[in-house]
Amino acid sequence: MSKRYSNEHEWATIDGDIASIGLSAYAVEQLGDITFVELPEVGAEGSKDDSIAFIESVKAASDIYTPLSGEVIEVNEELEDTPELLNEAAENTWVFKLKVSNASEFETLMDEASYKAYIETL
Amino acid sequence: MPYTPHTQNDVQRMCAQIGIKDETELFQSIPNELRAKSFDLEEGLSEFEVFENFKNLASQNDTSKISFLGGGYYDHIIPTAVDALSTRSEFYTAYTPYQAEASQGTLQALYEYQTMICNLTGMEATNASMYDGGTAIAEAALMAVRISKKRKKIIVDSGVNPIYIKILKTYLAYHDLEVISLEVKHDGTDKETLLSMIDESIAGYIFQNPNFFGSIEDYSEIIKALHNVKAVAIMSSYPIALGILKSAGEIDADIYCGDGQSLGNYLGFGGPSFGILACKEKYIRNLPGRIVGITEDRVGKRSYVLTLQAREQHIRRDKATSNICSNQNLMALRATIFLSLLGKEGFEKLALQNYNKSEYLKTEIAKIDSIKIYNQNPTFNEFVIELPISATQFIDKMEEKGFFAGLKLETLLENFQNRVLVSTTEKRTKAQIDSFVASVREII
Amino acid sequence: MNSTLFEKSHNGRSGINIPKQGLADAPSLDSSLLRSAKAELPELSEFDVVRHFTRLSNKNFSIDANFYPLGSCTMKYNPKIQERVGGLEGLANLHPHHITNNKTSLVQGALKSLKILEDNLKEITGMKAFTLTPQAGAHGEMTGVMMIGAYHKKKGNNKRYVIVPDSSHGTNPATAAMVDYDVITVKSNKDGSMDLESFKDAMSEEVAAVMMTVPNTLGLFNPAIKEICDIAHAHDALMYYDGANMNAIMGVIRPGDIGFDVIHLNLHKTFATPHGGGGPGAGPVGVGERLIEFLPDLTVDFNEEGYFFGTPSQYTIGKVSPFFGNYMVLVKALVYMQTLGREGMINASRKAVLNANYILSKLKDHFDAPFKQYCMHECVLSAETLTKEHGVRAMDIAKYLLDFGLHAPTVYFPLIVKESIMIEPTETENIDTIDYFCQKMIDAVELAKNDAEAFKTLPITLPISRPDETKAARSLNIRWQA
Repeated sequence: MSKRYSNEHEWATIDGDIASIGLSAYAVEQLGDITFVELPEVGAEGSKDDSIAFIESVKAASDIYTPLSGEVIEVNEELEDTPELLNEAAENTWVFKLKVSNASEFETLMDEASYKAYIETL
Repeated sequence: MPYTPHTQNDVQRMCAQIGIKDETELFQSIPNELRAKSFDLEEGLSEFEVFENFKNLASQNDTSKISFLGGGYYDHIIPTAVDALSTRSEFYTAYTPYQAEASQGTLQALYEYQTMICNLTGMEATNASMYDGGTAIAEAALMAVRISKKRKKIIVDSGVNPIYIKILKTYLAYHDLEVISLEVKHDGTDKETLLSMIDESIAGYIFQNPNFFGSIEDYSEIIKALHNVKAVAIMSSYPIALGILKSAGEIDADIYCGDGQSLGNYLGFGGPSFGILACKEKYIRNLPGRIVGITEDRVGKRSYVLTLQAREQHIRRDKATSNICSNQNLMALRATIFLSLLGKEGFEKLALQNYNKSEYLKTEIAKIDSIKIYNQNPTFNEFVIELPISATQFIDKMEEKGFFAGLKLETLLENFQNRVLVSTTEKRTKAQIDSFVASVREII
Repeated sequence: MNSTLFEKSHNGRSGINIPKQGLADAPSLDSSLLRSAKAELPELSEFDVVRHFTRLSNKNFSIDANFYPLGSCTMKYNPKIQERVGGLEGLANLHPHHITNNKTSLVQGALKSLKILEDNLKEITGMKAFTLTPQAGAHGEMTGVMMIGAYHKKKGNNKRYVIVPDSSHGTNPATAAMVDYDVITVKSNKDGSMDLESFKDAMSEEVAAVMMTVPNTLGLFNPAIKEICDIAHAHDALMYYDGANMNAIMGVIRPGDIGFDVIHLNLHKTFATPHGGGGPGAGPVGVGERLIEFLPDLTVDFNEEGYFFGTPSQYTIGKVSPFFGNYMVLVKALVYMQTLGREGMINASRKAVLNANYILSKLKDHFDAPFKQYCMHECVLSAETLTKEHGVRAMDIAKYLLDFGLHAPTVYFPLIVKESIMIEPTETENIDTIDYFCQKMIDAVELAKNDAEAFKTLPITLPISRPDETKAARSLNIRWQA
């Protein structure tokens, strides 16, 4: 399953019209030890690049922006009690799942190689 | 030159090290046209002269009369140990505890403060203090808006200290929010009207109990109604009352606000005191201000640290829960010491005595024919008297008799002419109260 | 041993005695109004409490005992005379509701002190009027930005933004947000000043205000400041001066003369009132002509009969504090001003700037020095090279200093300098202390080159070392529960 990235450091994979969204390892590394994740509500709707969730670490806090438009259909409740899962395996830990409203948006995101090049410039 | 240690020798050495001839060269980057147009201040004075100046100023204030003034600010005992400990320079010349290893004294004291406040108020979370009871209410209202996911209406009971309501309105004027005042029904809350107003557009309701008139009511029904529509219940009160009255937690309020002046702090013409802001556990991430937590250090020793800093301005900047950068640390420390000295038994005793003495005053005043007790509800340590003469005349004449008799309500509230708020504390003796009542009889 | 008061508590111990009641108990209130159990407070003797807090105090660094070169905090000596004045009965026991009762006859001394303070602040800053009510710098910022909002509202201006430089203190954007403005951040140029061209690009008719610190948070003076003021005013954007760094410029620059419309001062910085471990402070706000009518509603006026309360304008923003804010802190600042006087204040700024430049000249060859020109009252160094080559960060340098009784400088602020170390010695420190500090900073660099691992266990002489902040946030415990 190909993974694509937004320039706000979220990753997305898509299967039909269901997308899984997470945070890149780079983003988590920048934040440091994650202490809290405020998950979106199931049923919440967001347009591409809307702020949809919130993450906090010891020294920083950040909005999480949805890279795709759609409706939240599932959230990773494990992150409520164990936010450190993100520090352990950000690239393999989904945060929420979306029923996308416009699957073509996926192609506008960066592929893995482009994202790698992008973070080099930061 | 006061407080700078530099000798001519020092200055020469330093200039040589920097590579300049004299210190004014360091200001060369500032063009002449930007320089101060004047700096016309008096010359400095010796310590002795300064102290005489202030002794003089202090003597032009009157603190000599026996005080029956309340209205949120009270003449309570302040144990000498509070002064002795809080004036240790290790406490008062310390800085904000950002380097935890160098601040365990401040941090542990704040942790103990937080614990005591939670126990008094029945709440599960609190911060290391706000500026005062009024700004605490404003911050609580903003919390309610965040918690309710941006509902736009706040109802404030007019039984809340009117000065605090002004602060609330000032703070909220810049947000797309509506502050709705609920008029009092005689000396209490108009419950019927309030219940009819509670719906899903309401972010929260703010009430004070005992209210500004000293009246005490049962708010449990109101709070249930608020929770039914997921609105936030904010209770403000004066903390000594918590010695005997139901805590905010016991009535299931969501947020508690109060002012800490009565907990070991001088009146000081209004400041500094500190604000108490406490809430249920689930709202802790919405709390503004500093919070101290407990943890372990590198070798497992118990340690105290500032925590949840990601809410605060130095990290979140424009998304912070508030712009607040400080707490009233020293005043919160004084309160912690005060509460420790009183202890579990002493704090209740203190509250009881405040209650009993003001009941005695109320009973004795009620015996005067031409005066009515305005309150219909039970009261804690203050109440409103209705006079046959103007409030101004009453206060002036009682001052001649040696009393600061009370608070003129018409300054703060419409349609409250001839009404004065009188308060007692544990410092008023039976003899002083009797003398007060006798004087009232004389001047009426 | 750092047990809490609760762990030391013993059932039945009592602290102080309160006065005997001396009259009969009144009938009790209805039980529906009463709490079901006493509030859990510790039970200790007075001596237990005294010993506990005395020992706690011994775990603190403090200005009286330790050099505190925290950039942007102005940790200067707190004169003892302030505490003595603070103890005066006629000030400490004065009831604020004499204001509500309009009993000016009872508070002439207090009103006079406020008027003298205001007059001094006007002369020091060149502003036209002050509100003394805000209780901290951030509180003053909020008050100032609220007045800016009121000004634009009265004129019917459609303003949405506040411009801040990227070097700004976190309170600046947080304040703008509290007043519902969006923030535009303008980058600094390589000299550390807000970049003029970028500023011009960011400016528009929708900008309500520009918030600046002068000198800026890097301790540098922006030579384009007058031009910035003029450009802002041409777009009816108001200029806000963050007075945190006033200690560098007393008698040299007055923000009112340059064209700032509103300023706040931090009395607990420039005017030496004690920090109290985090507060109370005071943040009086001064305004130019444009904003006088918006000042909070409590002011002091004077005529031949004495002092009285000014009549608030109908456009006042209202109240930001119940009365005059932290009145007893205002008194302490006035004590300081009267002690220093004109020459003392000019000298304080000169020596503050001299001390900071002395440190910069001694350390700029040992650390990265992002800005080469003379600094003002604080200097910024960076540990970026140390981090790259030896893995030793600014925080590690900070922890190293603690073992020598030196509080660390500010680290990680301003955000635009990587591994920043911001040093503000203030004018009250002598050359021996400063030399010792510089020597220790140089020793730290040596240690970094020879034994970088050693930093991980520092500090070693303090009550604790490297507390686990992650654990504190993940396993949140903010109150003692048995």
